[in-house]
Amino acid sequence: MSAYVLQQLINGLVLGSMYALVAVGFSMIYSIVRLINFAHGDVAMIGAFSTFLVFAAAGLPLWVIVPATLAVGAAVAAIIEFLVFRPQRQAPQVNGFITSLGVSILIQNVGILLLSAQPRSVRLPGLLRTNHDFFGARVTTLDILIVAATLISLLVLTLFVKRTRLGIAMRATSENVSAAQLMGIPVNRVITAAFAVGGALAGLAGLMWGGRYGQIDPLMGFVPGLKAFVAAVIGGVGSLAGAALGGYLLGMAEIMIVGMLPSEYGSYRDAFVFGLLILVLLVMPNGLLGKPAEERA
Amino acid sequence: MPDALLKVESINVWRGASQVLNDVSLSVGQGEIVALLGGNGAGKTSTLSTISGLLRPKSGSITFAGESGPVSLTSLRPENIVKLGIAHCPEGRQVFGGLSVMENLRMGAYLRHDDQIGADVEHYFELFPILRERADLKAGQLSGGEQMMLALTRALMSRPRLLMLDEPSLGLAPQVIDQIFDRIEEIRAQGTTVFLVEQNAAMALEVADRAYVIENGKITISGNASELAEDPSVREAYLGIETTQATGAEIPPMETSS
Ligand SMILES: Nc1ncnc2c1ncn2[C@@H]1O[C@H](COP(=O)(O)OP(=O)(O)OP(=O)(O)O)[C@@H](O)[C@H]1O
Ligand SMILES: [Mg+2]
Repeated sequence: MSAYVLQQLINGLVLGSMYALVAVGFSMIYSIVRLINFAHGDVAMIGAFSTFLVFAAAGLPLWVIVPATLAVGAAVAAIIEFLVFRPQRQAPQVNGFITSLGVSILIQNVGILLLSAQPRSVRLPGLLRTNHDFFGARVTTLDILIVAATLISLLVLTLFVKRTRLGIAMRATSENVSAAQLMGIPVNRVITAAFAVGGALAGLAGLMWGGRYGQIDPLMGFVPGLKAFVAAVIGGVGSLAGAALGGYLLGMAEIMIVGMLPSEYGSYRDAFVFGLLILVLLVMPNGLLGKPAEERA
Repeated sequence: MPDALLKVESINVWRGASQVLNDVSLSVGQGEIVALLGGNGAGKTSTLSTISGLLRPKSGSITFAGESGPVSLTSLRPENIVKLGIAHCPEGRQVFGGLSVMENLRMGAYLRHDDQIGADVEHYFELFPILRERADLKAGQLSGGEQMMLALTRALMSRPRLLMLDEPSLGLAPQVIDQIFDRIEEIRAQGTTVFLVEQNAAMALEVADRAYVIENGKITISGNASELAEDPSVREAYLGIETTQATGAEIPPMETSS
């Protein structure tokens, strides 16, 4: 039984890592342009397809595939920002929200058109599926890499945002765009950079998702994107640490719900996830680490 | 007037459906302190924002005497205007509350790549020792006066040739205002030109060489600061001193009975 619980914890940690990666990027984009970007999960999907259909198919080794996928995610997010979101930067918030829904549907449909909706089986090169015994639970090399890569990414991201000139400029821009402009900060470029960073993390999550579950399809980004949104809200929208925490909590909760409840409830996992969201927001309206609205201004 | 550093000619600026600046012309000479006075909603902030590129004029021109010749500002992005040597310290200070004092100063020097940034920070910490004490604190935790010192220093970190200040006295205690205005005079003495927007006309006219008055988006009065301080309409509207048109003599205060 305890090995079973441990196994569930590990599965939750792995799933939570992927949610955290997507949620942190989502939150980063939100905090700099106040955009609820529903297309963010689809960037993860594009990352997954480029990983498996292009880079892995070309026989590249993993140490090339990972940076290449990061680059694709960054480029796709930056291009979407430039083409779609930048022209309506001054428009009301709801316009951006609707637009992102449109972009999401567009990407999914183009994906179906070009690649068919049929899920395809994929796998990462190398010995990533090797099983290890961990106090009775089963862990693959890939699981370990997913958790380690996520923690490293979150650490690097934290250092970037806290210490670097560009990272500080992102925080300044997210607080007060016009004051940032008066400092000489090129806010358009800073915003594009924030999308690129978020996109890179989403791309990485897509790679992990495909590698872990062995299947990719053009709609695969939608539900994780939605869950990342939930994770970001649970953590406190705009707080990167909150988004990461929310991602892990959500991953854990989801696995626990599926693992602990009788199997006939398994298909209601998403209902439980959203129930959890509502519960958290009832108790803590600003999320776990979010600031009150008046402080955020 | 010395050679113009900044020349604004007949700008018309709209915000949404309303015209907020109507044919505004003014100039700021090299080494001067020039004040722009006016009441709430007169168009002072809009004037500064148009100069610094946050707003675009529908017509008119803005020319800055750059290091390598005159430059038209009207089509430049804000960061390029900062690069030319214009710093705009915005209304209400607008320090980055979630950033530390040090990070705010770093952002002020965003476009600089020289090795003097640390030395400049050190220099301003000497001038405002309180900022050194607060260096690692979030700017949002500072008092209003400390935030003003930070906003002023942050603007200076770009080493501007023209410093534009939007109501630096707003909401501050008299001693703090005195301290800020002393610094403004020192800044000018060290060679930086100052364009000062104020509702506090008494303070502004004390330090300024020349001044403009703006009402309803139009410049209505301009002249030397000392002349404006004696101008009956300025005294009445902006200095709160009632005057009689004929003699300019002050009416004695009315008896207040209880
Ligand atoms: N963001 C905005 N959108 C539309 N109109 C605006 C905006 N900001 C200011 N205005 C209008 O522009 C006009 C000039 O405002 P401005 O802020 O330039 O005045 P001001 O002289 O700086 O006033 P104050 O002393 O109150 O700061 C006002 O009529 C104001 O209502
Ligand atoms: Mg104003």
